[in-house]
Amino acid sequence: MSKYEALTGDQAVATAMRQINPDVVAAYPITPQTETVEFFAEYVADGLVTTDFICVESEHSAMSACVGASAAGARVMTATSAQGLALMWEVVYIAASYRCPIVMSLVNRALSGPINIHCDHSDVMGMRDSGWIILFSENGQEAYDNVIQAVRIAEHPDVLLPVVVCQDGFITSHAMERVEVYDDDAVKAFVGTYKPLYPLLDVDNPKTYGPLDFYDYYYEHKRQQVEAMEHALPVILEVAKEFNRKFGRNYGLFEPYRLDDAEVAVVVTNSTAGTAKVVVDDLRAQGLKVGLLKPRVFRPFPAKELADALRHLKAVAVMDRSIAFGSMNNAGPLFLELLAALSLHDVRIPMADYVFGLGGRDIKPSEIETVYRDMLRAAETGKVERLVTYLSVRE
Amino acid sequence: MALKGWKELPIGGVILEAGNAAEYRTGGWRAFRPVFGEAACIHCFQCWLFCPDSSILVDAENEKMMGFDLEHCKGCGICASVCPVNAKVRRQVGDKIPRDDPRLCIRMVEEGKAE
Ligand code: SF4
Ligand code: SF4
Repeated sequence: MSKYEALTGDQAVATAMRQINPDVVAAYPITPQTETVEFFAEYVADGLVTTDFICVESEHSAMSACVGASAAGARVMTATSAQGLALMWEVVYIAASYRCPIVMSLVNRALSGPINIHCDHSDVMGMRDSGWIILFSENGQEAYDNVIQAVRIAEHPDVLLPVVVCQDGFITSHAMERVEVYDDDAVKAFVGTYKPLYPLLDVDNPKTYGPLDFYDYYYEHKRQQVEAMEHALPVILEVAKEFNRKFGRNYGLFEPYRLDDAEVAVVVTNSTAGTAKVVVDDLRAQGLKVGLLKPRVFRPFPAKELADALRHLKAVAVMDRSIAFGSMNNAGPLFLELLAALSLHDVRIPMADYVFGLGGRDIKPSEIETVYRDMLRAAETGKVERLVTYLSVRE
Repeated sequence: MALKGWKELPIGGVILEAGNAAEYRTGGWRAFRPVFGEAACIHCFQCWLFCPDSSILVDAENEKMMGFDLEHCKGCGICASVCPVNAKVRRQVGDKIPRDDPRLCIRMVEEGKAE
């Protein structure tokens, strides 16, 4: 029987990790992910898990230990935020290219500088081309559910890629919410036993990880990563289907909210989607046809599926919690990619980007409402007034 | 060696055949080639011990250094640096002698240059 517990987002992830009982966890505490590591260390000390918990001296070492353990054949997890992820950097790419199915909980926090510990998505957006699968979570429940599913996605024989599960720093990680925690045995049965493809510890079949890979083979290995990413979308859906059936949830590539008959919509990830749902309900009560699309899977980017889900609209706003500096119009990464996706799939509707919430700047329902009102105007006139708006920045 | 396509290769750059580095000819990377001055050699195997590319050929039975596997030797010159006969020659005739001095037991000759 599952039970409801009051958990912070960090604790929800630690709970999933306890139930998954990975062979190895190598992590370094960093705000606002710290609680996950603290709770997990407690589970290790209390004997609730049999995990080898490696207290490393830095995140670079954390990810390095994860890669080594994964190559050895272990089921491996880690957790980090912002600067921690930045310090992991070179090994983040190595994890993906060695095809290590590591699962990372990333509690989104603004990258320095100036130094800041609060939420935005500049950390994860930096790793968007690193070869990791990227999942977003609106709340603690979704972070918990995504971490459990991430194990299956990462370890799927057609995928074998690392997966990062995001949640918003402090807003989700430190807010206590009701989380349905499933039966330990049910989670264990769902994740199953990991059967590594090329474990180093299989000493009867010696193998080499990390040899020099030049112009003659490197390119082929990159092509294989593309193939794995292509397999990932159907695998994510397949795993979600099984998860939904077992645990009574409704995961897909994204969550549409009152989108079917909407005329305009906002696309936004993580906790702000929760706030936006309230705004949608308020505006719907006023008879306005507004909806929401909350991406769950950002890598691989489900371009066609997103285009099809937004095709019927008259205007779409993307809300980006980071800036792709120097990109086209200094927009946000989610906007840039969605704009390309809609253009590719012949969805020609007015689109605008709203950058918001950098460094943990609060985003209020009234501000999200202005986005909807802008889009309702764009739906009427057929064009947006500004391509990129930096919402609620002081002049 | 015919190169495999991406569908045939093990993923992740993993090498599944132990010791297949032998199939990878790295001799072409060389800028300097070691040349063996057999007469001076005392067959101490220091060069064999230190060569990072397992490119010192030896006759194990007769405990003899035989020369270099130039298909794989990358020309790093470590063998020449560790050779005690080279050290002795430098001690006797001076440190400043060039790397390709014929008195050395292992001399490093610029690749492509006539000896
Ligand atoms: S030059 Fe370097 S690689 Fe070549 S035989 Fe000497 S030690 Fe080995
Ligand atoms: S180190 Fe010099 S003396 Fe010793 S075996 Fe090698 S070449 Fe001969």
